[in-house]
Amino acid sequence: MSRHYTQDHEWIEVAGDGATVGITAYAAGQLGDVVFVDVPDAGREVAKGDEAAVVESVKAASDVYAPVSGSITEGNAALADEPALVNSDPEGEGWFFKLRLTHPSELEGLMDKAAYKDFVATL
Amino acid sequence: MNAINQSGWKPEMQPAGEGAAPATHTGNRALMLGEPLIFEIGDSATTGVDLAEVPAGENRLAGLARTAPIGLPGLSEPETVRHYTRLSRQNYAIDLGLFPLGSCTMKHNPRLNEKVARLPGFADVHPLQPVDTVQGALAVINELAFWLIDLTGMHGVAMSPKAGAHGELCGILCIKAALEARGEHDRRVILVPESAHGTNPATAAFAGFKVEDIPATPEGRVDLGALKARLGPDVAGVMITNPNTCGLFERDMKAISDAVHAAGGYVYCDGANFNAIVGRVRPGDLGIDAMHINLHKTFSTPHGGGGPGSGPVVLSKALSPYGPLPFTERHADGHITLVEEETVGDRHPDSFGRMTAFHGQMGMFTRALAYILSHGADGLRQVAEDAVLNANYVLRSLADTLDAPFADSGPCMHEALFSDAGLAEGFSTLDIAKGLIDEGYHPMTVYFPLVVHGAMLVEPTETESKAALDQFIGAVKAVAARAKAGDASLKSAPHFAPRRRLDETLAARKPVLAWQEPAA
Amino acid sequence: MRYLPLTPSDREAMLATIGAASIDDLFADVPAEARLDGPIAGLPLHASELAVERHMLALARRNTVAGEVPFFLGCGAYRHHVPASVDHLIQRGEFLTAYTPYQPEIAQGTLQMLFEFQSQVARLFGMDVANASMYDGSTACWEAITMARRITRRGKAVLSGGLHPHYVSVARTMAKYTGDVLDTRLPSLAAEPDTDALIAAIDGETSCVVVQYPDILGRIGDLSALAEACRANKTLLIAVVTEPVALGAIRSPGEMGADIVVGEGQALGVGLQFGGPYVGLFACKQQYVRQMPGRLCGETVDAEGKRGFVLTLSTREQHIRREKATSNICTNSGLCALAFSIHMTLLGEKGLRGLAAINHQAACAAADRLATVPGVELVTPAFFNEFTLRLPQEARPVVRTLAERGVLAGVSLGRLYPGEAALERGLVVAVTETTTTGDVEALATALQEVLA
Repeated sequence: MSRHYTQDHEWIEVAGDGATVGITAYAAGQLGDVVFVDVPDAGREVAKGDEAAVVESVKAASDVYAPVSGSITEGNAALADEPALVNSDPEGEGWFFKLRLTHPSELEGLMDKAAYKDFVATL
Repeated sequence: MNAINQSGWKPEMQPAGEGAAPATHTGNRALMLGEPLIFEIGDSATTGVDLAEVPAGENRLAGLARTAPIGLPGLSEPETVRHYTRLSRQNYAIDLGLFPLGSCTMKHNPRLNEKVARLPGFADVHPLQPVDTVQGALAVINELAFWLIDLTGMHGVAMSPKAGAHGELCGILCIKAALEARGEHDRRVILVPESAHGTNPATAAFAGFKVEDIPATPEGRVDLGALKARLGPDVAGVMITNPNTCGLFERDMKAISDAVHAAGGYVYCDGANFNAIVGRVRPGDLGIDAMHINLHKTFSTPHGGGGPGSGPVVLSKALSPYGPLPFTERHADGHITLVEEETVGDRHPDSFGRMTAFHGQMGMFTRALAYILSHGADGLRQVAEDAVLNANYVLRSLADTLDAPFADSGPCMHEALFSDAGLAEGFSTLDIAKGLIDEGYHPMTVYFPLVVHGAMLVEPTETESKAALDQFIGAVKAVAARAKAGDASLKSAPHFAPRRRLDETLAARKPVLAWQEPAA
Repeated sequence: MRYLPLTPSDREAMLATIGAASIDDLFADVPAEARLDGPIAGLPLHASELAVERHMLALARRNTVAGEVPFFLGCGAYRHHVPASVDHLIQRGEFLTAYTPYQPEIAQGTLQMLFEFQSQVARLFGMDVANASMYDGSTACWEAITMARRITRRGKAVLSGGLHPHYVSVARTMAKYTGDVLDTRLPSLAAEPDTDALIAAIDGETSCVVVQYPDILGRIGDLSALAEACRANKTLLIAVVTEPVALGAIRSPGEMGADIVVGEGQALGVGLQFGGPYVGLFACKQQYVRQMPGRLCGETVDAEGKRGFVLTLSTREQHIRREKATSNICTNSGLCALAFSIHMTLLGEKGLRGLAAINHQAACAAADRLATVPGVELVTPAFFNEFTLRLPQEARPVVRTLAERGVLAGVSLGRLYPGEAALERGLVVAVTETTTTGDVEALATALQEVLA
């Protein structure tokens, strides 16, 4: 298992050819109280950089991009009733979707935890 | 001596500082009256109208006669009047006080306009009556159209758009139609400044264009160099607000228009702020191809708590042939006809079509025309001058109080822009806004435009007296002082409004958008 | 100038505070070549209230007032009696001169009213939720088509021939630019709506079927089979209601399976006003709420736990989502929504049903009387308060001639469908509670004379 981060404040946790994607605690804090999350349906194919999900607070809406290409295997259904999970546990229960990687090499360009921490410090 | 005041009544004043306000049995506070929903006080057996006996007869409803209850509550007339009167008193309004909502232009609404709009000859006329029976209504449209053309120095005007955003759509569709007539299908990009109102990019996208931002200069105007650099064979046009949402006149407007035209594009101007320049500048002289005019802003038709608006679009000679149906045509003998689908082929073959069912916002046309005739060419010029004078007075009077990011960019036009810089840690624009509510004001526009952090956009309008401005300036200074000093009570303002701060997160997470009977 | 409170000395003092020598200094950013140095030539100067009123009254007098003659026009705008208290209440300054409720603590009046309006509209249409209004029925109809495209990710809309031709025109205009495909058809002077043809037109690319109820000829037909066919194809059924009073007498589109119901609310509270401002009604099933256009008011609580209302789900809208918004609509038709809501509250369920019954019975009686005019035939056996007659000759000139005789006879289909020979004899006649038996007699008599 390994966890990677993007400059768009997504995290991706990889186990074999499967991965789980969410937004970072920093992003959740910037958004404020999350009120709605639109997660992708299983079966959808996404390319790296595609708009895969939408996360909304009262006064803002942000697209969540696919950090890597793949085939969606599950959207987090729990977020429909409990969008606050994104605030309370962004890097755990508040995950957005799972996918099966089609181009694992795309992971190489992503940051690790330390690099992401340094990146956030520059913002 | 006769007994004085046998009743024993004498005026009593509570000594200052003694006795907290008690809770009341009803929850009301004197003139502050709560009011339940109609669903809680009405029922399906009550009605506030007297209807004639229903004549007997079989129905011809194809077996579709309604059987299930609808669930609509009724109230008697006195209860109805009281319900809505009580609700009305929970609203702030321009009739109550200064309403400095930037870019929204909340000015006095003359009641003459209401009176004329209600003349039966305007209010009780059907849009599909034979044109010979509506010559007066068509004359109103025609007369207003000519005023709008003359005031803007443009070639034509489309009267039917129902509001500003609908007018934007009209202008953008004219541009699209003109490009298609030229066979230029590859111009798919509309350039929009970052400071633009959200309707601009939404409109361009709705019409199928791709939207790209153009940056602003540090002084808050469109960056002409960056704009020129982006122009090319894929650009359909630009949408520019002038005066812009930072309250500044776009000095380079003519140069922008010339550059866009030279590159084969068209210039759309968002006319939301035309009230700042009416009678002083004609957009037609600046090379504009299309501009909507919010009649409810510049020409003072009432905002009505969110519409109805009206958004006629003035058009250049290049775009006029593409304007929407229907429109009026005045003949030499004074007779006015309507150009609709029937005659469009002969009279207006390049029209992009119809945008709305009938002729536009007639009820707003009568009001706007009454306003325009009241002011005349001289009064309208004075309107712009006083609007700009009032805004500059506010800008300079508050220069030591709030950060004004573009104060050095020259005089502002009709609105003054401030930022949240300099407030105490943890205090924001929102707190200033809510503090002003307690002072008896509607706050200014907040967090718009997006290009300024914690933006506060103040538009006093020309219908405020100097005394009213001085009071307002005093209130802003007082609230700003609290925000700079870190006064905790400001964080929980408003304290004296019908409601305290409302939980918008709850509303959005678990939307309750219609009344449901409580579970038994 | 009576609307401008600044005095010359105020202006001088304020210029001094600003540090400007003259008002022209404040317009220094306007390029010299664009500056006007005085009032625009050729335009009148300011005028007194009396003078303006005289001018406007003279224009108003040149129109034939619906209420002063036998009057039978409908087709998307209906003349009903509006109780006096409606106009009184909407003229209260706190409603009339308020803005969109962006500061909810001092806009609870407008917000609660909108919540009540949304609830009334949703119930009337048999839907779960309604928005806080659109411009009018025609623009609401187009917005519903685009909403169905977003939900189904399909691009073809099937439009009934019974849909108001202006609504079709609006959709056609917009579809040219958005790339939506519209499958349209003309109505025919037939007894029944075109339900079967619509069912046959549904295919795997169809995002929605749009059907008007009652339709442009006044016909009413059961939508259930159409709704079933739509459901089987994952197509949405959009019902358009241009005469909301009808729903006091007939089943709601929601009861029959519609997914989105839009309409024109003018008939209640608003008045004819030569076509605007009107008020678009927009309602749908709960599951589609995040794809709705326009403003939505929702219930919440304040910091003390008191119930209150706010604009909500704003992330759908242009001021947040910008080019990705569900619609570009901003200002809607708030004051007309208020008029609609007050009128509906005065009526209540009992009044609405009574009003609808009166309209229907009056229309039935009028249809029977007019069908006795030699050569005139009633085309529509089932209707609410509007029906179509077939005249023995082209209807449009007849309508003009009757107007010269002081009878506003109805809407000729030739006006709505110019050049369509198959429709040119059709005359659509609307009858409401404002129509007297004397009016009907006047029309019947005049019609007989003109046709003779």
